[in-house]
Amino acid sequence: MTLRSSSDKPIGVIGAGNFGTVIANIIARNRKVLLYARDEKVVKKILETHENRGYKMSKNVLPTSDMEYLASQCDVIFPIVPSSHFRTVIKTLAPFLHPYHILIHGTKGFDIKLQKGETIETVKTLSRKQVRTMSEVIQEETVVVRVGCLAGPNLAKELAQRQPGATVVASHFQEVIQTGKRLLRNDRFQVYENNDLVGVEIAGVIKNIIAIAAGMLSGLGYGENAKGLLISRGAVEMVYLGKVLGGDTKTFLGVAGIGDLITTCNSPMSRNYTVGFRLAKGEKLKDILEDMEEVAEGVNAIRIAKKCSEYYKVRPLITDTLYKVLFEGMTVQDALDYLMRYPLNVDIKLT
Amino acid sequence: MAEILVEKKNKNIGYEPILDGIPDWPVYQLSKNRKEFLEEVTAKAIEQIRLLRPSRKQLIDELEATVFREQNRLKRNRWRVDPKDEPKFWSRIKNDLIELNTKTAEEAGKKEEEILYEIVHRYANEIAGSFKPSSYRFAREVIKFWFVRLLNGARVKKFGAYFRNQYSLRDKIHIVGKVKMLRKLAKEGTVVIVPTHFSNLDSILIGWVIHSLGLPAFLYGAGLNLFNIKIFAYFMNSLGAYKVDRRKKNLPYLETLRMYSNLALQKGAHSLFFPGGTRSRSGLIEKQLKLGLLSTAIEAQRNLYIENKPDAKKIFVVPVTLNYHFVLEAPELIEDYLQVKGQDRYFAEEDNYGSFQLIKFMFKFFTKGSSISVSVGPGLDVMGNYVDDDGNSLDANGQIINPREYFMTGGEVTIDKQRENEYTRMLSSRIVSEYHRINRVFASHLVAFVAFEMWQRKYPKLDLFGFLRLPEEDLEIDYEEFKAMFKKVRKEIYNLKDQGKVYHATHLKGEADIIIRRGLDNVGIFHLKRPLLRNKKGNIVTQDLNVLYYYHNRLVGYDLEKLI
Repeated sequence: MTLRSSSDKPIGVIGAGNFGTVIANIIARNRKVLLYARDEKVVKKILETHENRGYKMSKNVLPTSDMEYLASQCDVIFPIVPSSHFRTVIKTLAPFLHPYHILIHGTKGFDIKLQKGETIETVKTLSRKQVRTMSEVIQEETVVVRVGCLAGPNLAKELAQRQPGATVVASHFQEVIQTGKRLLRNDRFQVYENNDLVGVEIAGVIKNIIAIAAGMLSGLGYGENAKGLLISRGAVEMVYLGKVLGGDTKTFLGVAGIGDLITTCNSPMSRNYTVGFRLAKGEKLKDILEDMEEVAEGVNAIRIAKKCSEYYKVRPLITDTLYKVLFEGMTVQDALDYLMRYPLNVDIKLT
Repeated sequence: MAEILVEKKNKNIGYEPILDGIPDWPVYQLSKNRKEFLEEVTAKAIEQIRLLRPSRKQLIDELEATVFREQNRLKRNRWRVDPKDEPKFWSRIKNDLIELNTKTAEEAGKKEEEILYEIVHRYANEIAGSFKPSSYRFAREVIKFWFVRLLNGARVKKFGAYFRNQYSLRDKIHIVGKVKMLRKLAKEGTVVIVPTHFSNLDSILIGWVIHSLGLPAFLYGAGLNLFNIKIFAYFMNSLGAYKVDRRKKNLPYLETLRMYSNLALQKGAHSLFFPGGTRSRSGLIEKQLKLGLLSTAIEAQRNLYIENKPDAKKIFVVPVTLNYHFVLEAPELIEDYLQVKGQDRYFAEEDNYGSFQLIKFMFKFFTKGSSISVSVGPGLDVMGNYVDDDGNSLDANGQIINPREYFMTGGEVTIDKQRENEYTRMLSSRIVSEYHRINRVFASHLVAFVAFEMWQRKYPKLDLFGFLRLPEEDLEIDYEEFKAMFKKVRKEIYNLKDQGKVYHATHLKGEADIIIRRGLDNVGIFHLKRPLLRNKKGNIVTQDLNVLYYYHNRLVGYDLEKLI
C-alpha cells in the first residue's frame, strides 16, 4: 500500500538547536525522526543520554551527522538552522535532494546577496532583488519546489513543557500545509495554515526587530502602557514594511504576524528581547552578542530592514531608531524619548 | 519613396523534414481517427466536469448558466463563423433543462447525462480542427508561392521579376536561436511551442516557420475570430488549427478545450498556443499568461507518467519571441489598451479586418521591406527547467534530474490539482522571463523607446494619459541629443546581451547615424501617421504619440528607463 510506505519513512530535521530539538520531539509523537547535527559530539551525546540542550529526547528521534543519509531516507525535511548558516547548509544538502522532497523550514531571517567587495556595513540600500527569504534560498539552491515554513508564537521552552501553543504552516502548496499539519498537530499544539509564504516569513523577521525594542522598554523599567503602545505601533510598522517587501496585510494581522509579535514582545525568554533588555541596562552590543549561545536574528534584521526601507522610501520609525541605538551610538533613553516625541497623529491606515 | 535599408541576406539553409511522410505525423493520425478522438475528448471532459460539479444541483446550475450565457452571446455578439443552428440548439437545450423538473429522479438523471453529452460533444466538434494532407500541401505551397513572388516582384523592378527566386522568404523572416534543438526535441518527445502574440499575422507566420524548419504540422490553438476571415479560415483549417473561442467562458466549454489539448498532447501531437491568450494590446511582451491551456501540458505530462511509468514520453515547452518593425493593427490595439487602462471602459471584441485588408497589408509588407524575426528559445520541461539536446531536464547546476519526481508523493505519481496550478504559475513566469531573454531588439524598437522616454522625461508632472494628450507640435528632440541618448541605451543593450538577458538584431551594430535612420525608416512604416520621423531641421518629431507608445513598450521590462 502506498500510504504505508510513505508513512513508514522517517521525517528529517536539520539543526539540533533549541527550536530544531523541540520540533523533532513534537514530530516524534507521530513519526520516526532523523535529527541532523553537524557536530559528532552532539550526535553521540543524544545517543548516550537521550538529551539535548536540556530537553529530553523522544525515543523516536535518531540523531545523525550524515546529511546524504538523511536526504535519502526522508521525503519531508525540516531545516531549522540560523539564517546566517542557512544558505551554506542548504547548499550542502542540495546535491542529495530530489524534486519529490518537501522542505518546511523554521528559520527566521533574511539572506542577502551582495556584490563582490560589498559588506552589509558598506552597502547603502538593499532592494528585494538582493534580499531573500529562506524559502527563496531553498528554491535558488535546490531542485525542491514544494517549500513551506513554520512561523508563529512558538517559544521552544514552553512547547517542550507541553504547554498549549500554535504554529502557522505557510506554503503555496496545500500539500505542504497538510503534510505539516499532519506531522505537527497534537492535542496541545494547534497548526494554522496560510498561503502567503513570503508574508509569513517577513512577519517572522520583523517581529524580532520589535522584540528588541520590547526588551529595551522592560530594561528601562517601563510598564504595560508603553508595551501596548510599542506592540501596536510595531504591528503598523510590520504592515508597512512587510507590504513593500512582498507580504499581504492579512498575514500580518494573523497568528504569524500579531500573534507572534505579542508573544515575542512579552517573553523574557526570547533572545531578541534579551538583547534589548541588556542594552537598556547599559551593556554593549558586542559583549551581549559574544556571550549568547544562539544568534539574536533581530540584530541582523534591523540592518537589512533599514537598508530596504531606504531603497523603497518608507520610514519605519522603530527600526530606524533601533538602528541608531545598535550601530550609531544613540542611547536607549534618547531613542525612547525620540520615539515618544515623534509626531504621529494618524493611528493606522491599512488601505 | 526612399529605399529602405534591409538586413544582410540570410545564410540559413533549408531544413530537411524530420519525419518522412505526412502519414507519420501525429496530427494526421489524430484527424484520421477524428471521430474516436472526439468521443474520447467528450467522455473525459464530462468526467472532469462531473468531478468539478459533483452534486446534481451544481451540475444543473452549471448547465443553466451555460445556456444563459450562450443565449446572451447570440443576442449580443454573433460572428460569421458561428453555426447557423445555434439559436435553435440552445433554446432546445433550455427547454430540456426546464422539463427536467417534471421528470422522476431516475429519468431526470438520464436526461441530464444526455444534455451534458450533447453540449460537450458539440463543443468538441467545434474546437477540433480537420487536418487534411492534401489541403495542407496545397496551402503550404500557396503561402510559399505568394510570399516569394511578392517579395521578388517588389525587390527587382523588372518585368518578369515575379517569377524569379532571387530573394527567398528567409531573407525577410529571420529564424534564430535553438532551431537544431527544437528539431531534435520534436523527435524525442512532444513539443509545445508558445510564441508571443502581437499580430493576426502571427498564426500564419508561425505555421510557415514550423514547416520551413522541417517539422510536421502542429496543432494550433487559434482564436475563432480569425476564422471569420475566410482566407485565414481556409489556411488555418488546413494547417492543423483548432479553434479557441474567447467569448465562451463557461465551464463545459473550457473543460472540453482543455481536454482536447491535453489528450492531443498525450497522443504525441506537437502543439502550439499563444499563451498570452490574445494579441498584446499594449505592445508589451506578455507578462501575464493564460494558465488554462498551459496547464494542459502539465496534466498531460503527469498522465503520461502515470500510464507509462519510467519511459513516458516527455513534453517540451519551447518559448518563441516574434519581432516586427511594424504591426498592422497597432493603432487599434493601443487604442483599446489605453481605453481600458485609462477610462475603465471596455473594448468591443470586434475585428476590423476582412480578407481584403489583409491581402493589401501582405502586399505592402512584402513590397516594402521590414523584416520579421523569430527567436526560438531553448527547450524547457513542463516544470520550466532547461533541457539538454537529448531532452534531459537539468537543474540550475546542470545536473540531470527526473521531472517525474515533481509529481510524486510518497514514492508514487499522484494527482494534485492545487499543486499543478502552482506548477502552471511557475511555468508561466518561466516562459515570460525566457521571452525577455530571447527577445531581439530592432533598431525601430530602440528609436521608439528612446524618443518616447526622452519626451516623457521632459514632462515629469504629467501622468501617462496627460502626456499622451500633448499636442505633437510641442514635441521635438534635437537630433544630436537624441543620438547621444540612443548610443547610451544601445550600449546598455549590448551589456544586457553579454549577460544573456536579451538579444539584438545584427543590424543594430554599426554607426549610430545609419542605425537611427534604419530605425526611423522602419518604425511603424505603413501607418498613415508615422510614429517617428525627422523634420526639415533634422530633428526628431512624432505624428502619433499613441502608436509611438506602442512601439516603445517593446523594450519595457529591461530597466532601460533609468538611463534616460
